[in-house]
Amino acid sequence: MKQLLWWQKGMVGFVFGVLAFLYLPIVVLVVFSFNDSKVTSFPLAGFTWHWYQAVFANTQMLTALKNSLIVALCATGLTLTIGTLAALVLDRHEFPGKGLFRNAILLPLSLPGLVTGIAMLNFYKQIGIPQSLTAVVIGHATALLGVVVSQVMARLAKTDHRQLEASADLGAGPVETFFRITLPSIRPAILGAGLLSFTLSFDEIPVTYFLTGRDITLPIYIYSTLRRGITPEINAIGSMIVLVSLLLIILSVGLLRDRK
Amino acid sequence: MSSRPIVTLDGVTKSFGSFKALHETSFSIGEGEFVTLLGPSGCGKTTTLRLIGGFELPTSGKIGIAGQDVTQNPPYRRPVNTVFQDYALFPHMTVAENVAYGLTVRGSTVARSDIPGQVAEVLDMVGLSQMGGKRPGALSGGQKQRVAMARALIRKPRVLLLDEPLSALDVKLREVMQVELKRLHRELGITFLMVTHDQTEALALSNRIVVMEAGRIRQIGTPNDLYDRPFSPYVADFIGATNLIEARYLGREAEFDVIALPGGAHLRRKAAGNGGFHPGSTVLIGIRPEHLRPAGGENLLQGRVVDTLFHGDSIRLEFLPDGANQPAFAQLARGASLGAEDLMPGQPIRFAVAPEDVMLFAKVAA
Amino acid sequence: MRRPASSILKTAGLFSLPLGWTLLLLIVPYLMMIAVSFWTRQFPLFVPDFQFGNYVQLFSDPQYTTVILRTLKIAAMVTAAALVLGYPLAYFLVFTLRSERLRNLVYMAVIVPLWVSYLLRAYTWKIILGTDGALNSALMSLGVIDAPLDLFLYNQAAMVITLTYIFVPFMVMPIYAVLENIPKGLIEASEDLGIGPLGTFRHVIAPLSLGGVVAGAMMTFCLSFGDFVAPVLVGGPDGIMVANLLQTQFGAALNWPLGSALATLVLIMVLVILGLTGWAERASARNLR
Repeated sequence: MKQLLWWQKGMVGFVFGVLAFLYLPIVVLVVFSFNDSKVTSFPLAGFTWHWYQAVFANTQMLTALKNSLIVALCATGLTLTIGTLAALVLDRHEFPGKGLFRNAILLPLSLPGLVTGIAMLNFYKQIGIPQSLTAVVIGHATALLGVVVSQVMARLAKTDHRQLEASADLGAGPVETFFRITLPSIRPAILGAGLLSFTLSFDEIPVTYFLTGRDITLPIYIYSTLRRGITPEINAIGSMIVLVSLLLIILSVGLLRDRK
Repeated sequence: MSSRPIVTLDGVTKSFGSFKALHETSFSIGEGEFVTLLGPSGCGKTTTLRLIGGFELPTSGKIGIAGQDVTQNPPYRRPVNTVFQDYALFPHMTVAENVAYGLTVRGSTVARSDIPGQVAEVLDMVGLSQMGGKRPGALSGGQKQRVAMARALIRKPRVLLLDEPLSALDVKLREVMQVELKRLHRELGITFLMVTHDQTEALALSNRIVVMEAGRIRQIGTPNDLYDRPFSPYVADFIGATNLIEARYLGREAEFDVIALPGGAHLRRKAAGNGGFHPGSTVLIGIRPEHLRPAGGENLLQGRVVDTLFHGDSIRLEFLPDGANQPAFAQLARGASLGAEDLMPGQPIRFAVAPEDVMLFAKVAA
Repeated sequence: MRRPASSILKTAGLFSLPLGWTLLLLIVPYLMMIAVSFWTRQFPLFVPDFQFGNYVQLFSDPQYTTVILRTLKIAAMVTAAALVLGYPLAYFLVFTLRSERLRNLVYMAVIVPLWVSYLLRAYTWKIILGTDGALNSALMSLGVIDAPLDLFLYNQAAMVITLTYIFVPFMVMPIYAVLENIPKGLIEASEDLGIGPLGTFRHVIAPLSLGGVVAGAMMTFCLSFGDFVAPVLVGGPDGIMVANLLQTQFGAALNWPLGSALATLVLIMVLVILGLTGWAERASARNLR
């Protein structure tokens, strides 16, 4: 190994610093979820499962969790279907307004979620969709189209169009070609986009905030609890969410790697 | 080699992890020479060039340039400059800015006000005087090549390193640039060290060629040396083409070595030095396609026609020597005595070979 | 490619779903919001209208201008902080780390927090920076300070720290991508021509990575500009940002037309930034052609 110069050593330290900045807060969250005290301060007060038990006894929180899972699942399924179709349209066809169509789909990715939420709220009110979890699912599925479209389009751009011509040449119709050639080649992108959409929907606040009715999702529950103050229960449910997120990441890395 | 070495490698090795890209290698290059490192991809020639340029540091050994030990020096502290394979022109700078780049270094002896003049001079030298304002993206392959040359030459390097400089160009342009390279070398008088896998390019341009294989030097010599007196079947086949035929060494008869061909016929070879072959041992004989003359008479190689390929100015004739299991080739002038155009597959054919054109190698177990 | 008419119709039928969905549920709502921004409020109703009163109010009432300016300032500070942290990190990954495995691993480590709930990541800073929080109590138990410092929570510094923490991966990703795409040969060529690492950075790497910096800065700026969780959790009274103002207009203040006008302003700002970024990226892509 080559000797590092002084400034390179400095950079190694700096990078460790940034990584610590990124991970220490998460560690703090997990540590305090096991801390036997109502306040999150040092020195630690001893180990407890109490906050986890409290989570599982909190029916309001569990209902919110269930709502979040249902919303995330439905929104992901919907956005994957529409998003994949949209990516195919954008990849294969020229039509007037194509640029507007693409930019509109991608816009929610960089636009603050509140603006999208407000736009949807205005519109839903006008056409009579009531504030509800259904409205949230439609809102999420629409706002997350950009995630699916950008990933699937990137993958389609790498796919050789002559494969499609070869498939047609060998006698496969468009539908058969889609399922036997196109879909396998974009599957990693769909998987990746699906996982990301699920995570984002599960975690979404601004759009949900405006579109949900009496039923609330977990982030909204946590958000409204936090406005009142800290409770270690949040540390416990938070730690569990972190754990599940990490498992999902490992799963997705594994899934996407096998495809290569 | 001229008397003063400008580049010396002394026992240089280079490993990448467990892969040894260059085995203990030593050679030197004389001032003003045009030397080529020649070999197939993966033979270590580019690694050698990058070690001299300073882009890699050797695992062991010493590298000297112009009398200084530069083994551990970074590229920017070596009196050499490189023409990169894909040119590596800075895409965000104009041609003139690219060329001037090497003069803007702190501690440069060139005054700021002199830079435009020198840039113009070098661009003129490579025939691009009108192109200074363009971006590399707007240039053709040949023009990029010239900019890369100009950018390196403006630093007046002691040695110019060229990494497959012509490989990205089409055949016609490559020939033009070969002439150009030779002219620049002649006019500037600086040392050129070029890496290539193209033996015709090496033969056409170099004073000396270093033939490499699998991280080792196989032979160093002038193009004539390598063509006429290759040390090994590998070099014989890499420099020009050579028909290699397995045969049996019979012994020395006066000034000739006598070899039994697989078909039983005998072939004589003008002996050079003490070959040290044992009578009865298996050897490889090498005969270049252009040394086979379709004729009768003495010292014959016989076989049957397999196919003929029309090559424009010549005919390439594929034939199977009697008793051999691999075909051989002959290169015949068009319209040569036999009327080679009319040869039919399967037809017997014989070639005369001058005894001094037969090469003899020990058979090395593969 | 020519196809029979029936096939074109089938294709059109299938593809009208995403087009129709996007038009009806995304484009129309944005247009609707813009339309409502010209309406009038006649409490408790909103009346269709076409007047610029809402915009005039946003630009003249100091209550709103202060918040808009503060949000711009905080978003700019977050962007700068994320750049200062993110650029050297990306540079280190691409140019200093030789092992590709290690590079991918560290890069993953930087990206992974994006997958962890954004709300939770903002919340952790409330635990850390609070009066009884982890940082204060740790410093006190170490004997560095005697009493908790209020320095850390409910101010703009806390918001900048929290938002930088949340959005720094968005800065690293595009910069990493452009740095990785700079041909290594260009850096070798620069060193070959006598320019040391610092000069090579200034003349070659920095200009060629500008596209990634612009993309990362745009993303970080837009996202932190629109954030409303950090102000609520760690911001305190002088931490109100545009997003909180928006929330109020659709909640307690119940003034949808004014809220829509503010949201439209944010939309326009983001579109302008996107346009500028696209232009800058195209310019730098032209360079790298």
